[in-house]
Amino acid sequence: MNLSAIFGEALRALRQNRLRTGLTMLGMIIGVAAVVLMLSIGQGARTKINETIAAMGSNLLLVVPGATSSGGFSFGSGSVRTLTINDANAIAELSSVRSTAPVTSGTVQLNYTTKNWNTLITGTTPEYFDVGNWAMESGTAFTESEVRSAARVVVLGSITAKSLFGDEEPVGKTVRITNRPFLVVGVLMAKGQSLTGRDQDDNVFVPISTSERQITGNQFPGSIRYMLVQGASAEEMDLAEIEITQLLRQRHRIPNGKDNDFTVRNLTAIADVATDAAKVMSIVLGAIASVSLLVGGIGIMNIMLVSVTERTREIGIRMAIGANQRAILTQFLLEAMMICIMGGLIGLLIGIGGAWLVSQVADMLIVITLGMIGLAFLFSSAVGIFFGFYPAQKAASLKPVDALRYE
Amino acid sequence: MSSIQTTHSTQSLIQLEQLCKSYSLQDVHGQTITTQVLYHINLAIHQGEFVAIMGHSGSGKSTLMNILGCLDTPTSGSYWLSGKNVAALSSNELAQIRNRNIGFVFQGFNLLKRMTALDNVATPLLYAGISRSRSRKQALEFLRHTGLEDFAMHQPNQLSGGQQQRVAISRALINHPSLILADEPTGNLDSQTSNDIMQLFEKLNRDQGITIVLVTHEDDIAAYAKRLIHLKDGHVTIDKNNTGVTALHETF
Ligand SMILES: Nc1ncnc2c1ncn2[C@@H]1O[C@H](COP(=O)(O)OP(=O)(O)OP(=O)(O)O)[C@@H](O)[C@H]1O
Ligand SMILES: [Mg+2]
Repeated sequence: MNLSAIFGEALRALRQNRLRTGLTMLGMIIGVAAVVLMLSIGQGARTKINETIAAMGSNLLLVVPGATSSGGFSFGSGSVRTLTINDANAIAELSSVRSTAPVTSGTVQLNYTTKNWNTLITGTTPEYFDVGNWAMESGTAFTESEVRSAARVVVLGSITAKSLFGDEEPVGKTVRITNRPFLVVGVLMAKGQSLTGRDQDDNVFVPISTSERQITGNQFPGSIRYMLVQGASAEEMDLAEIEITQLLRQRHRIPNGKDNDFTVRNLTAIADVATDAAKVMSIVLGAIASVSLLVGGIGIMNIMLVSVTERTREIGIRMAIGANQRAILTQFLLEAMMICIMGGLIGLLIGIGGAWLVSQVADMLIVITLGMIGLAFLFSSAVGIFFGFYPAQKAASLKPVDALRYE
Repeated sequence: MSSIQTTHSTQSLIQLEQLCKSYSLQDVHGQTITTQVLYHINLAIHQGEFVAIMGHSGSGKSTLMNILGCLDTPTSGSYWLSGKNVAALSSNELAQIRNRNIGFVFQGFNLLKRMTALDNVATPLLYAGISRSRSRKQALEFLRHTGLEDFAMHQPNQLSGGQQQRVAISRALINHPSLILADEPTGNLDSQTSNDIMQLFEKLNRDQGITIVLVTHEDDIAAYAKRLIHLKDGHVTIDKNNTGVTALHETF
């Protein structure tokens, strides 16, 4: 008997037991749908984190004033003012460091025509945009000479720009910050949330000198809130951390045996932790979903075993009229596989639909890849073969006379 | 695989030598008890013969038929089918013999449920590797011969016993076997239908030279056969020409 004929026989058997076929398939459908849904959620989370990390910039170190606290790190509390712009400039000279960006910050009110908007203000240098991997939507960043001259220029975050200007082009317009006029030179491209969930697009950037002298003021001139350091390469990150520590201890005249008055953090390492967490999450989700696939597979095996017993006489008749063991084995295996593959395809569609629904309802990023679809398909046929083989083997190894006599 | 010879020769189609069959069962105490069903059967059946096997219930007729049909294996002794030692054949070869060379007709018809008469008759062709459409065409031809053309699309439960048995006979014949094994083919039929079926067998034997071995309890059915074999408690007690004189078998 050729394969297409056996396929026909298998299909006929499945059609004769529609309800049972459907119920068995349901196990498969749920299993595959769960796997697809979980994988797409996991993949979505990973993609989101990777995007955030890419947006953050590569090979980043964060240097904040104050000793390492036991509960992690904080963006320098106001009382500690041990880091200065000069420290940042000195660190920039290190061979393991590409560039540095000192940062001061505060909150301000912006006015444009009749609109006003409260937001964060960051005083920094042009390097900041490069180190932090910021792209310009329009205009340019402020320049080194504008920092030196403490010019009244401002770069707007995308949300801030939208809130004040709507559809109007902000570059070239003048906004008022604490009642002083500032020329808008650039608008940043949106970046979304940071790893810690903070919105990064509602803020404005001015030269650090302008901020210190004209806006926020500074009790300790030259001190900064924190600095971003970009290492020369991924391999030299550890070296950079050591060199920065040595340099700052020396500059701050910290005697041996005393604690640092600053903290160096490797942001890339933090990003790695987040990536790993997302990976673990998707593995756990996938594993949970796989259990339901396994249960579906066991259901198929159970039904196929019942089916073999129930159809023993049919098997006997088929053997008496010339079916060999391979024909019987193939028929039952095909029945199991058809349940699995059909269930798998339906499950796939439901999984994709579910993923879309989740992305709409929960506003989550859901990623479905061709690989996942292939995996679901492969997995469901593998389940079919694995759980269908034993019952099929059992059917094929029946002795014709015993099968025929079976009541 | 060569087919069974269809020409007359000195070689028998079926040759049984010292054939024994016993079953081992566990009794209520878990002990194995062996019951012997067939005792040292020696038997030769030639191509073209029409043989009726008779005997009391439990005498081993069906057991013998199952062995002849390569559905079961003997415990000892040998079975030569057209010169081939059946014990030496693989399960695939046996399946092929059942498919091509032997046609079965059972008392309970044994049609495949929820499948049309047409597909029932066509199935042996499918197992012979013939395409579904060609199989169906050929099956319809056979149903026409047995007068069942109008019932081709009926399922077994929509057919009378006699019709079912004729479908079963069509199925048995579709691969042009040289041997038909019929275990009480008329056991579930009334006498008129029984006679119709037997006339069909007689015609197949006479016109096509198909060897027929059938089991029956009824003398008027056995009367169609040319040779009578009596089984009693697993022994061949009588083996005679149906019109000739009774020849007592040597085993007693
Ligand atoms: N699978 C089996 N296991 C154990 N004993 C069996 C088995 N099959 C048949 N027998 C025994 O073999 C004996 C002969 O059975 P068989 O079916 O050949 O009888 P029979 O001559 O066909 O009878 P009937 O005319 O009632 O059909 C019986 O005693 C039966 O109990
Ligand atoms: Mg019997």
